[in-house]
Amino acid sequence: MNLHEYQARDILRRHGIPVPPGEVATSADQARAIAARLSGGGAVVVKAQVHAGGRGKAGGVKLARDAAEAAAHAAKILGMTIKGLVVQRVLVAPAAEIAAESYVGMVVDRASQRPTLMVSAAGGVDIEEVAAQTPEQIHRLAVDPRYGVLPHQALGLARKLYQDMTRARAAAEIMQRLYGAFYAVGASLAEINPLATTRDGALAALDAKIVIDDNELDRHPELAALRDTSAEAPSEVAAREAGLTFIKLDGSVGCCVNGAGLAMATMDLVKYYGGEPANFLDIGGSSDPQKVVSALRIITADPSVRAILFNIFGGITRGDDVANGIVQATGQLPLKVPLVIRLTGTNEELAIEILTKAGFSALTDMDEAVKQAVAKARAA
Amino acid sequence: MSIFVDQQTRLAVQGITGRDGSFHTRQMLGYGTKVVAGVTPGKGGQVFDGVVPVFDTMADAVAETRANTSIIYVPAAVAASAIFEAADAGVALIVCITEGIPVLDMTRVLPYLHERGARLIGPNCPGLISPPRSKVGIIPGNICRPGRIGVVSRSGTLTYEIVHQLSGAGYGQSTCVGIGGDPLIGTSFIHCLSAFQADPDTDAVVMIGEIGGTDEQQAADFVQQAMSKPVIGFIAGQTAPPGRRMGHAGAIIAGSSGTAAEKMAAFARAGIAVMKRPAEVVALLKARL
Repeated sequence: MNLHEYQARDILRRHGIPVPPGEVATSADQARAIAARLSGGGAVVVKAQVHAGGRGKAGGVKLARDAAEAAAHAAKILGMTIKGLVVQRVLVAPAAEIAAESYVGMVVDRASQRPTLMVSAAGGVDIEEVAAQTPEQIHRLAVDPRYGVLPHQALGLARKLYQDMTRARAAAEIMQRLYGAFYAVGASLAEINPLATTRDGALAALDAKIVIDDNELDRHPELAALRDTSAEAPSEVAAREAGLTFIKLDGSVGCCVNGAGLAMATMDLVKYYGGEPANFLDIGGSSDPQKVVSALRIITADPSVRAILFNIFGGITRGDDVANGIVQATGQLPLKVPLVIRLTGTNEELAIEILTKAGFSALTDMDEAVKQAVAKARAA
Repeated sequence: MSIFVDQQTRLAVQGITGRDGSFHTRQMLGYGTKVVAGVTPGKGGQVFDGVVPVFDTMADAVAETRANTSIIYVPAAVAASAIFEAADAGVALIVCITEGIPVLDMTRVLPYLHERGARLIGPNCPGLISPPRSKVGIIPGNICRPGRIGVVSRSGTLTYEIVHQLSGAGYGQSTCVGIGGDPLIGTSFIHCLSAFQADPDTDAVVMIGEIGGTDEQQAADFVQQAMSKPVIGFIAGQTAPPGRRMGHAGAIIAGSSGTAAEKMAAFARAGIAVMKRPAEVVALLKARL
């Protein structure tokens, strides 16, 4: 789960990392009031709060000389669409005069299986670009989670960013605190970019990004409450509430599959046979007809869906449960688009009997089913 | 004859009285797996289905039954602690089916296991099966056939699909291993490939990967350097958008890294026969054997 910048800044501030003041506004008037209160008459930045990179390039980050200009910028940015996401909030913060920018981030490195601190003196830009173009500018430390980031390790890294010892000590402190915040909130990514050196020589976390591991949300209800459902496709919100994994895509073949790997392979096969998948949908391993009902409801709500493809390999999922779900769901909401069902494995015979009785036919071969679904989507 | 599990496997089921644990224990018993113990704290002394003694702790289970392998079906919130417990009880192989364990829990679990020499398969995996008689996990026994093909995969039902194709064409399996769809897992492709290479009863390996991470790329290097047996590969997620988790926590293209295209290219460079779709597995295998 992605957090907004203002939420990430709050978390870092609570963990003792120097974060300059800043508040969130949902209207131009609020932006004006915040600017007047925080800036002391000086300039402020107005920043779109959306889950998308490249906000600056898209016009979602603006410098304002005073509160009136902050209100004008906020009016423009609020409601703006950045990478398909509508901006609902802006962060208003006093503009800092920056002498230098570095990058400090925590990730879990999959290859070493360790939490890893990544730092670079080349901050303020996309760290992926730095990694691709000048990898020697990125320094890493694989952390042993039993001991955390040890003081000398943090200082060693900080010395690679700052000549000045006072500043290096401050940066080392920030790295250790970032590691603490990372574990405390169950993050899969926590980064400060830039960690700015202001004109007076102090360090400040000007921008922050935190991604929470979805698997942590059950034990962190306070973090789950930070979820911004307005930043997600409504169909994805509905799917999560129904216990389904659903990702909306741009094609016309709606897919309903059991298992994530098979769901991806099904999408790939749709593409292979000349179609485009409308979604990724995993109904999971359980045998619950109600899940099938929810899945069909979500797929059929997408107007670009021209045909629906079920691909079920019964293992733990019982074919007859899925068949019952299909019959139940189509009884509740009659389909306007053709349905192709591929079903094999556990209780296959029983499932096909249920479907045949209800007037559906089912295939057992995956390729054949995908070909039919693609053809029907094209004909519709 | 197989890798990791066989007739010597003496299995303890952690979470045997739960919904999933009890269902799959019956399936494993039916398949012929030696399930020697169950563990559910507070239910020690009971006997599951009249055949499997239940203990309060893994330590008791191992002391009483000489279990050498454990399988975990407990909820995600307590799964990491179940793995720690299994490792301390001294079992050599731990299979964790549970999905949804926080990654940061795994950063603590994995070094602990490493120090104790215990192998973990998973988490978030379907387990493994060595047909015809040892099944540790949830892979349906009826789609597998005894034979000489090793199968290793990050997925569940996609593995069933490919195993189904293999069995249908007369290619039985030595062992099928689901290593799990999480970003941090105990047993990698390379561990499995290396074990299959050393197994005299495996002739070829089918490797099923997916988007996210670099496990497949490292596995490709290993195949090129250390394997003489033919390897057939598949990567799921060629149409997956970047930045989205495709069901599995580990199936995510981060920036431009971890794509299906880069993994398929790494496979091809290493001499692995790459399937474009699951149905090609049989033809590619036939051509290589």
